[in-house]
Amino acid sequence: MSYIKSNFRHPQAKVNELGLTKKDYEGSLSTLCAGCGHDSITAAIVQAFFEMNIEPHKVVKTSGIGCSSKTPTYYLSKAHGFNTVHGRMPSVTTGANMANRNMQYIGVSGDGDTASIGMGQFAHVVRRNLNMIYIVMNNGCYGLTKGQDSATADIGSAGKKGVPNQFSAIDLCQLSLQLGAGYVARSFSGDKNQLVPLIQGAIEHKGFAFIDVISPCVTFNNTPTSTKGYEYVRDHLDATGTIDFVPHRQELKILHPEGTSKEVTLHDGSKLLLKKNSHDYDLSSKREAMNVIETVAEEKKILTGLIYLNEDDHDTHVRINSVDESLNALPQDQVCPGSIVMDDLNESFR
Amino acid sequence: MMSKIKATNDFVVLFANINGSGSASANNLFAKAVFNLGVPVSAKNIFPSNIQGLPTWFEVRVSEKGYLGRREGYDFMVATNGQTLDKDYNELATGGYFFYDSSRLLPEHLKRNDITEIGIPLTKICNENYTNPRLRQIFKNIIYIGALAYLFDMDFSVFENSIKIQFAKKAKLIEPNINALRLGYDYAKEYYSNTCELNIHRRDLVGDKIMVEGNAATGLGAVFAGVTVAGWYPITPSTSVIEAFEKYCHKFRVDEKSGKNKFAIVQAEDELAAIGIVIGAAWNGARSFTATSGPGLSLMSEFLGLAYFAEVPVFLVDIQRSGPSTGMPTRTQQSDVLPGAYASHGDTKHVLLFPNSPKECFDMTVEGMDLSERLQTPVIMMSDLDLGMNTHMSEPFEWDDNYQWDRGKVLDYEGLEAKKERWGRYLDVDGDGIPYRTIPGAHPTKGAFFTRGSSHDEYAIYTEDGKIYEKGMIRLLKKWDTAKTLVPQAIINDSHNVIGLIYFGTSSFAAKEAEDILNSHDVPTDEMRIRAFPFGKEVEDFVKSHKTIFVVEQNRDAQMKSLLVNELQVDPNVLNAVLNIDGMPITAQFIADEILKVIK
Repeated sequence: MSYIKSNFRHPQAKVNELGLTKKDYEGSLSTLCAGCGHDSITAAIVQAFFEMNIEPHKVVKTSGIGCSSKTPTYYLSKAHGFNTVHGRMPSVTTGANMANRNMQYIGVSGDGDTASIGMGQFAHVVRRNLNMIYIVMNNGCYGLTKGQDSATADIGSAGKKGVPNQFSAIDLCQLSLQLGAGYVARSFSGDKNQLVPLIQGAIEHKGFAFIDVISPCVTFNNTPTSTKGYEYVRDHLDATGTIDFVPHRQELKILHPEGTSKEVTLHDGSKLLLKKNSHDYDLSSKREAMNVIETVAEEKKILTGLIYLNEDDHDTHVRINSVDESLNALPQDQVCPGSIVMDDLNESFR
Repeated sequence: MMSKIKATNDFVVLFANINGSGSASANNLFAKAVFNLGVPVSAKNIFPSNIQGLPTWFEVRVSEKGYLGRREGYDFMVATNGQTLDKDYNELATGGYFFYDSSRLLPEHLKRNDITEIGIPLTKICNENYTNPRLRQIFKNIIYIGALAYLFDMDFSVFENSIKIQFAKKAKLIEPNINALRLGYDYAKEYYSNTCELNIHRRDLVGDKIMVEGNAATGLGAVFAGVTVAGWYPITPSTSVIEAFEKYCHKFRVDEKSGKNKFAIVQAEDELAAIGIVIGAAWNGARSFTATSGPGLSLMSEFLGLAYFAEVPVFLVDIQRSGPSTGMPTRTQQSDVLPGAYASHGDTKHVLLFPNSPKECFDMTVEGMDLSERLQTPVIMMSDLDLGMNTHMSEPFEWDDNYQWDRGKVLDYEGLEAKKERWGRYLDVDGDGIPYRTIPGAHPTKGAFFTRGSSHDEYAIYTEDGKIYEKGMIRLLKKWDTAKTLVPQAIINDSHNVIGLIYFGTSSFAAKEAEDILNSHDVPTDEMRIRAFPFGKEVEDFVKSHKTIFVVEQNRDAQMKSLLVNELQVDPNVLNAVLNIDGMPITAQFIADEILKVIK
């Protein structure tokens, strides 16, 4: 791979409604291994934000520690980013979001960062229904420390070290469903057509949007014996259906055979167009969603696509009744009571 | 003939109660009455880590001389707890008064000829006057307060006024409380006239002072400091900081039109998340804080290192309690000095502030918030259980409307536009070690950077180049030197005596009193009250200009002394440690005795 990023800009490069090209949504060159699934997710994030016409500087990128958590430097270089400490991205994102509710928050994490060291923070950011996109780049192993099993590795799955994992796998989609996430999806880094609209739907969702992306580790966990390798995942995908995201100002142009597709209208009028295949269930039913995940897992397959959607849940700010303005922008005279109240205050302590 | 202790406005009362019985508010009523009579008073609630049923004590020191520290020895005991009767009986000073519930006789073996017993049938009086068991319990406390009012010859109207103020919003409780006070007062008057020779008489010695807990002052200070985001996790003795913050936010920060809150308080899953929330909010441009105690400080250490290295403002309040580990969670100590100063792995140092009064808790919260943003680093205010949870007589709070918060070096849209040279997040352009930061969303194309705890160059780019890393670490030291010129200075009283006394925080009350005791032994001392770390030049000068120094602190390992030795390169042999570690607030007599032992 090359270490110098080209500055070449195609004169006819497509621009979005803001007059920005896709390049304006990119970041620095990835230093991950060639073929790493995470780079495909980065590309999907770039495309999703580009197509959604989001001003890059209105986005805040956060991450924890690990291979996945390096990726925020690879997208949206005009956005502020925060590479926090291991497993603690949710709390830092919570604080940032509390300070300014009028930005877009995207946090990325890995399976170690989320399902092990960060399990507590993950559980509680879901409970709070923080308005953010939470992407787990899930490869079933610890890449940066050279391939130890993670808590999402399936029982019996063996990576490069060749020793089958003996411990139960944590299904992060089931977990986030149980904890109250309003938007739950799973995808595969190799399926950009599915991943991009899922990220776009997550951008529009007001509340906690969780996407578990199976993202093979080419160096340590892409063996024939691993259930998180490219080959195995490709062979075992079972999508809830195809998905298209239609922004609210855009007319529906994507046509699907009648009777097989379903529209889900999001709060701002955007639509998620879902083409169902075998799994036709009520997306807003937590019970049915849980059932489908379990059913597909029993068949030794990996359920992908949008799994659950509940748009009526209130995010943290609504729950704590905070003002619509960004708290970080309130001037001193609005938050400091001033000397006028001091006499009464002092009197209350006499 | 036994001689009774005779005193006016100078004695100590100990209340022995059962926790969860409502005794603390009754005892506070008594302390407040002393204060309202114009007599200096200090109250210490010595409570268990428990909700109901265990022994709890409440000390009230009445001191016309204005001594607010704890004093050893009890002149008057209010014994209402059968579990601790023996201990309480035996701990009373010779010539003291033992007040007990005489509904039951005192056990045979409790016999002392050197004290005066005052038996008042509290339970019996309650049972005769109230049918509701809860009221019987609550009013039992009020009845003994009424009896004390008579025994100490206190102006009864002061109690009536306090009750009226306390129940202003529940007017129907006023009359029954005053009646309960009367029951005790009248009984004592009938059976114990001319018995007690301890008096509390009106004086004019408290001026415009207030009586308030340090934690309430801290929470209030955070409102005035403009804190809009608080992340927290409940832990004794810090919980009431956030509770006070929330209370005053609801009072002063609810938007009239929308009814919505101009604040966000997040009760986190643990202290790691609490400090993470503070870091995220501060990084994103809001003023933010949290409060914790020792165990929480330990958990926050990793994040404090991140904030130090990534240069994110953090304001943290540590209400110290007795460690290590869970230690004695409801007892005081000053044992987080070193863990606070050097929290986190690698080379880290944090700014510490040491308040010693509620007024200073308020002021240092405002100042600490400014310092954290000016220095872009964690600032930890080191209060403790004694200061935080007990009511203290204090100067009143003040606020100057001309005072503007110091948000430090922040480049906004205009600032970024005006910048001609390339901006670097960690570039020291002013030579004070403090770079300029930007807030997310400020500018469409300029000022974005990636914050990280991994090594970075002046432009926030990841680097593993040792030279660049070293340059950054050395710049942080330069910033540390700048901090020395900005933190609150030590308060020094230097008359060129041979002996110097150094103290900080809640050790100050007792240390001030100890100076008077030492003077009476012809041992004059100079004093320095340290108010911040890093130490300013004045601290170094004081240490270097005294041949014998005593550092007074409430921990086992002489942590402040160690910090002085470590940071100032002074001769350790000059510094003697005076250490109180039993979890009870240090006393003047203890300090004086320890010093006299060394120098005589």
